[in-house]
Amino acid sequence: MHIFDLEAQGLRALNTTLQAQKNDTNQTVWEVLNPKGSHAIAVGLDAPIEVNVRGSTGYYCAGMNKQATVHVHGSAGPGTAENMMSGTVIVEGDASQYAGATGNGGTLIIKGNASSRCGISMKGIDIIVHGNIGHMSAFMAQSGNLVVCGDAGDALGDSIYEARLFVRGSVKSLGADCIEKEMRPEHLNLLTDLLARGGCAAKASEFRRYGSARKLYNFNIDNAY
Amino acid sequence: MKDDPAGAPRTVPVQSATFTSQVNAEIRRAAATGIYDIRGGGAKRKVPHFDDLLFLGASISRYPLEGYREKCETSVTLGTRFAKNPIKLAIPVTIAGMSFGALSGPAKEALGRGATLAGTSTTTGDGGMTEEERGHSKTLVYQYLPSRYGMNPDDLRRADAIEIVVGQGAKPGGGGMLLGQKITDRVANMRNLPKGIDQRSACRHPDWTGPDDLEIKILELREITNWEKPIYIKIGGARPYFDTTLAVKAGADVVVLDGMQGGTAATQDVFIENVGQPILACIREAVRALEDLGMHREVQLIVSGGIRSGADVAKCMALGADAVAIGTAALIALGDNDPKWEAEYNALGTTAGAYDDWHEGRDPAGITTQDPDLMSRLDPIEGGRRLNNYLKVMTLEAQTIARACGKNHLHNLEPEDLCALTMEAAAMAKIPLAGTDWYPGKPGTSY
Repeated sequence: MHIFDLEAQGLRALNTTLQAQKNDTNQTVWEVLNPKGSHAIAVGLDAPIEVNVRGSTGYYCAGMNKQATVHVHGSAGPGTAENMMSGTVIVEGDASQYAGATGNGGTLIIKGNASSRCGISMKGIDIIVHGNIGHMSAFMAQSGNLVVCGDAGDALGDSIYEARLFVRGSVKSLGADCIEKEMRPEHLNLLTDLLARGGCAAKASEFRRYGSARKLYNFNIDNAY
Repeated sequence: MKDDPAGAPRTVPVQSATFTSQVNAEIRRAAATGIYDIRGGGAKRKVPHFDDLLFLGASISRYPLEGYREKCETSVTLGTRFAKNPIKLAIPVTIAGMSFGALSGPAKEALGRGATLAGTSTTTGDGGMTEEERGHSKTLVYQYLPSRYGMNPDDLRRADAIEIVVGQGAKPGGGGMLLGQKITDRVANMRNLPKGIDQRSACRHPDWTGPDDLEIKILELREITNWEKPIYIKIGGARPYFDTTLAVKAGADVVVLDGMQGGTAATQDVFIENVGQPILACIREAVRALEDLGMHREVQLIVSGGIRSGADVAKCMALGADAVAIGTAALIALGDNDPKWEAEYNALGTTAGAYDDWHEGRDPAGITTQDPDLMSRLDPIEGGRRLNNYLKVMTLEAQTIARACGKNHLHNLEPEDLCALTMEAAAMAKIPLAGTDWYPGKPGTSY
């Protein structure tokens, strides 16, 4: 295990070191100490390494991640795991707004709550939130899965495309073109897998599924808001 | 009006200057369809523009350079503020961002070929980076847009610069729409959306909201790319003084400023014609912002929106820009709106020069389309040759004017080399009205 003191060694050195790791690196486990809310920690990684951040992070932790597992042992600031391509990001605490924004792949697990716009414009990422999510989450969500074990705020899934949303608790309101959909066996199987990957004890049968009514897919003045 | 039995002269029919035939036709079209007009291109209305400025040239008080003999440099270096690898271009005319999706693959290739031959850069657009343009562009600017279609760290690192698009001149404050007709399998796959649906490009970024956030976003992009790439910030011509100030504050290496004549692939006509300012009104305000911050020439300024000739390039440089970008003009150089397709334009209900339904994907010139048959009409090698020729001519024209003004580098052109033909242009460009030493709003004057 390699220990990196962010306060002493600096952000540039941290990201340079982590980004330099190759697929066959034997330096597979890293500990980042004293993050103290710094921005852009462990961004642009592209190797199957594990990075444990001991504390809370600022904006864009694990941004554009590929392959790596980034584990935040604290809470995470805005844009955590934004545009992630693959790999896994785990936040032990809460995540601020835009968590998993535009993510193309990989898995984001938030063990606390997520703020507004969680999963905005998601493009294939799987996001599993143990707690609640804020308003405008999954706005223009294109593909992937968003699992919420708690409640969802206003305007869930506004202008959603093909992403699947699973919510166990209440939904304050649905956004434009987002509707509740039938939970078929294939969805239950998918959700069961997602819950297991996210370390959630909840049962798939307790959730409702939401997705696109597809009325905004081709412009029709009668559907304009 | 009544018949006069005595045969006296009658009043002739008078068309309204307010309700013109064009206005009336649009009212009838709206009444029949219930939807606003969507089109491509930029503002078509007449606005104060570079035609309203003239160069003074040298005389006794200024010493000219010999037109064909003495050197007049044209190179420009972009991204000198923070980037490890600034971009050096042979000419200050770049190719503006235009998406694959809006444009065909061969069109993107042609732009890359032409720009590379001329020693300048081209720019991706919404929809990601294609092999056609990366492979044929020596210098490629990768746009970072609100939709993040196709965005990935590998392409970010393959780029030579990154352009964060906050707005564009055709629609400051607006997003875009790529209509389903152009969403082929390839376009859909690059954007991770179903084939055939209308694809919305958001009007604001998903993971930052203001200049303080933007500063952190830039930090992230620099960290991902090892601080190598120049970071451009593109803004529409809305509030150029404040937007330029905030872009610099956020950490931009380069500010790209696009006026309302700048084109778009598809937006409401009402938006294109009624939102934003002409580029003529924007340049001096952006330069003033840079000067107030002590950043003029340290943060480079690229301007765009209706630039057509070397004279326009020279005027932009004289007003304080470091370089320009062209979009619509580059498409015309490739063959867009060429009269040789007149019969087909007529079949589409339009005429060469006026065709702007780029979003429909039926472009007879094969440029703004994804239709394989139409696309095949554009030979990317020939298109690249034509674009290179055009860029060369623009550069030669700009050099001709610069030499006449006694300048051995295009960057040495200055506001004192210009006069304005109209009060409006004088006020907007802060250039004295021809025959005077005055412009409206000049400090020290009372009117």
